[in-house]
Amino acid sequence: MLEQHLAALPILLPLIAAPIVLLVGRSSLAWMVATLVSGFATIAAWQLLITCLASGSLSYAVGGWMAPWGIELRIDAANAFVLLAVTAISTLVLIYSKDSVAKEIESDKHLLFYTAHMLCLAGLSGILVTGDAFNLFVFLEISSLATYTLVSLASDRRCLTAAFRYLVMGTIGATFILIGVGMLYMKTGTLNMLDLSVRINLYESSRTINTGLAFVMVGVGIKLALFPLHMWLPPAYTHAPSAVTAFLASTATKVAVYVMIRFIFTIFGADHVFNDMGMDLILMVLAVVAIFKCSYMATVQNNVKTVLAFSSVAQIGYMVLGIALVSAAGLMAGLIHIFNHALMKGALFMAVGAVFYRVGSVNLQDFRGLGKHMPWTMAGFTLAGLSIIGVPLTVGFISKWYLVSAALDQGNWLVAVLVLLGSLLAVVYIGRILEAAYFQKLPEGTDPEQVKEVPYLMLVPMWILVIANLYFGIDTSLTTDAASAAAQWLFENSQTSVPQVMEMKP
Amino acid sequence: MAVLIDLVLLSMLALTALRIIFLKDLFAVVMLFGIYSFLSALIFINLDAVDVAFTEAAVGAGISTVLMLSTLALTGRKEKESKHSSILPFLVVTVTGAALIYGTIDMPPFGDANNPIHQHVAPRYIEQSPVEVGLPNMVTSVLASYRGFDTLGETVVVFAAMIGVLTLLSVRRKEDDEAPDSGLKSHRVLHVVAKIIIPFVILFALYVQFHGDYGPGGGFQAGVIAAAAIILYALVFGLPMALRVISPKFLQILAPLGVLLYASVGIYSMFMGGNFLDYNKLAHDPVHGQHYGIIIIELGVGITVFAVMLSIFYAFASQAERRNVS
Repeated sequence: MLEQHLAALPILLPLIAAPIVLLVGRSSLAWMVATLVSGFATIAAWQLLITCLASGSLSYAVGGWMAPWGIELRIDAANAFVLLAVTAISTLVLIYSKDSVAKEIESDKHLLFYTAHMLCLAGLSGILVTGDAFNLFVFLEISSLATYTLVSLASDRRCLTAAFRYLVMGTIGATFILIGVGMLYMKTGTLNMLDLSVRINLYESSRTINTGLAFVMVGVGIKLALFPLHMWLPPAYTHAPSAVTAFLASTATKVAVYVMIRFIFTIFGADHVFNDMGMDLILMVLAVVAIFKCSYMATVQNNVKTVLAFSSVAQIGYMVLGIALVSAAGLMAGLIHIFNHALMKGALFMAVGAVFYRVGSVNLQDFRGLGKHMPWTMAGFTLAGLSIIGVPLTVGFISKWYLVSAALDQGNWLVAVLVLLGSLLAVVYIGRILEAAYFQKLPEGTDPEQVKEVPYLMLVPMWILVIANLYFGIDTSLTTDAASAAAQWLFENSQTSVPQVMEMKP
Repeated sequence: MAVLIDLVLLSMLALTALRIIFLKDLFAVVMLFGIYSFLSALIFINLDAVDVAFTEAAVGAGISTVLMLSTLALTGRKEKESKHSSILPFLVVTVTGAALIYGTIDMPPFGDANNPIHQHVAPRYIEQSPVEVGLPNMVTSVLASYRGFDTLGETVVVFAAMIGVLTLLSVRRKEDDEAPDSGLKSHRVLHVVAKIIIPFVILFALYVQFHGDYGPGGGFQAGVIAAAAIILYALVFGLPMALRVISPKFLQILAPLGVLLYASVGIYSMFMGGNFLDYNKLAHDPVHGQHYGIIIIELGVGITVFAVMLSIFYAFASQAERRNVS
């Protein structure tokens, strides 16, 4: 039975677990249920990726109604790849959060935390798996509401302002996406993505459809924190609980990047978006500005979480840059960076959370001397930091390698040079933290006994990610296979367009 | 005639919106929001979208107004002067508005039978749903069966909203029960009228719940109406009395149970060999199966919406009471 429903499992497992987690009543039991369910979802995602790499795409008709009348779940290499990253990170973060959450969140709110985490996972999986544009909006709402809740759970009161700001911006983004989808529906009479892609081509250069495209792109731009719509992100990541930041930084914005890819390549068609509307130039300029402006902002921050948050906006710039190169190689670089960045930022934020667990704050001066007192945490931080910079033998190098070679393929020397210059700024902001940790002494008056290594439940998931950073930096067969299969598939189906019009008989 | 009514309603809508922007008195703003919702509901009726109008009236004009008033009880009724420059927001709004107008220029003609939305998926819903699903109300067929997964998602959205509110505002517990009685003690007439009305409101909610297959209505509206009955009780007789009738703890169990009830229909159909939420597999006769499925999932929706709406009201109201005491 499970095989038949494989496509639905990554959504259904966390969706059904969410209310159960709220009902179980005990924090440790809730943690166990959530972690197990997330683990099963990861296994399902892994199976899906293998199936899609072997046999193309997979379709599941919810309620037994065929598309376009019912809602279809449609999985290909692209979303299975991102889904694997999201579910795996969720599982690791949940293992990590048992101790972290006990320290950072009041005990009567633990159940709410695990419920919100499950809801968020269900929403993100839903966005990835669904093949229906309106269904995507519904899951976007679930994940967004859960995200605002997660951010506001911290005991630091400033998280409330951050969450409110996030809520206002996120709601505007979601509304824009809804308006865009509404306009598409008005012109085509369908909500199914594949069906949309066929029927949009029937109406050439329609203003309504182009306006819909503009609204969707701005809405998704807010959700993925595309410069200059990123202002909600740094405060939200800074003040959220550590486990939440680790989860969101490595999944939520990546899923939004996926949504952008899906809308551009599957629904509107790359040819229309880039050649007719000239969207590639806009995206490329914004991406390059994001890389430099936000990397620079990261070098002048004092709070390490803020440093990493600005670094995230810059890294999203790399992903969008890959999309804006308009080639299968560029798209593949974007996709591979989605996966790789999840590994890096997950590990980095977990390490910062571990520092918070022991030291109680994460300003730059609190990192002084930690290299000696928390050796494993800081070693993990260092390796993941090298990965952000793009040092060979890490995943960061792989991402940059494919991005630069995709740019060079098109003879775009300027972009290639800019990508490499951006990495230099990463050297500065990661270097500042490492300098404090390894070359300075523990501040006066701190009890060295207090500052020691964190519990194993926090170290192990962190180190799994760190090792993944190294492993996928050396043996790239899985990531490059999946990303290039996905990019090929998206690009070809988008360019040669006009697949079969869906059969109309009931 | 319908066009004339639409024009009048739309211009009233625009006037209300403009007034809302410039008013500084938030109490009046909330009232105008209620009027705005009622006007939208009327426009929906004129578009023959009775189900949507029903929801808009119940949620937009009913519950939202009460929740916004409870917020005002916490924050005060005067809008603070904004220190920010309003040039950028003005620019953003103007550009968005211009884009929307630009997008509507070659919109399909209003109400034309040849429009894409009437030509593609809709004909099957209209022609086949009485046979496939067997319900006279096509809106329910689409919502609960063809696009039942969306409705499950929306129910979870409502559930997620409760999780969010509970995170921010904790509901009053039994211990601080000695707070002075609130409510409208001295208003005899209100007491008598409320006592007469409340049973009928609840009865009406049940009617809307179970008659949704045949006429306008369904779980969302029924849940909101039932919650409104309890909210009315709390407003007239005081929050402590309402908490005694239905405790917040009970609601926090009820809300997840509604979601689970909905999902369990899907799981059951999976065990019967169908896809998730395939109601055809629930009984020997597929149309009977559809009927069972829709009744149960609508009940799940109703339970969750009722529990969440009431929980959110409790959370707001107990904050306001706590403030009054201190």
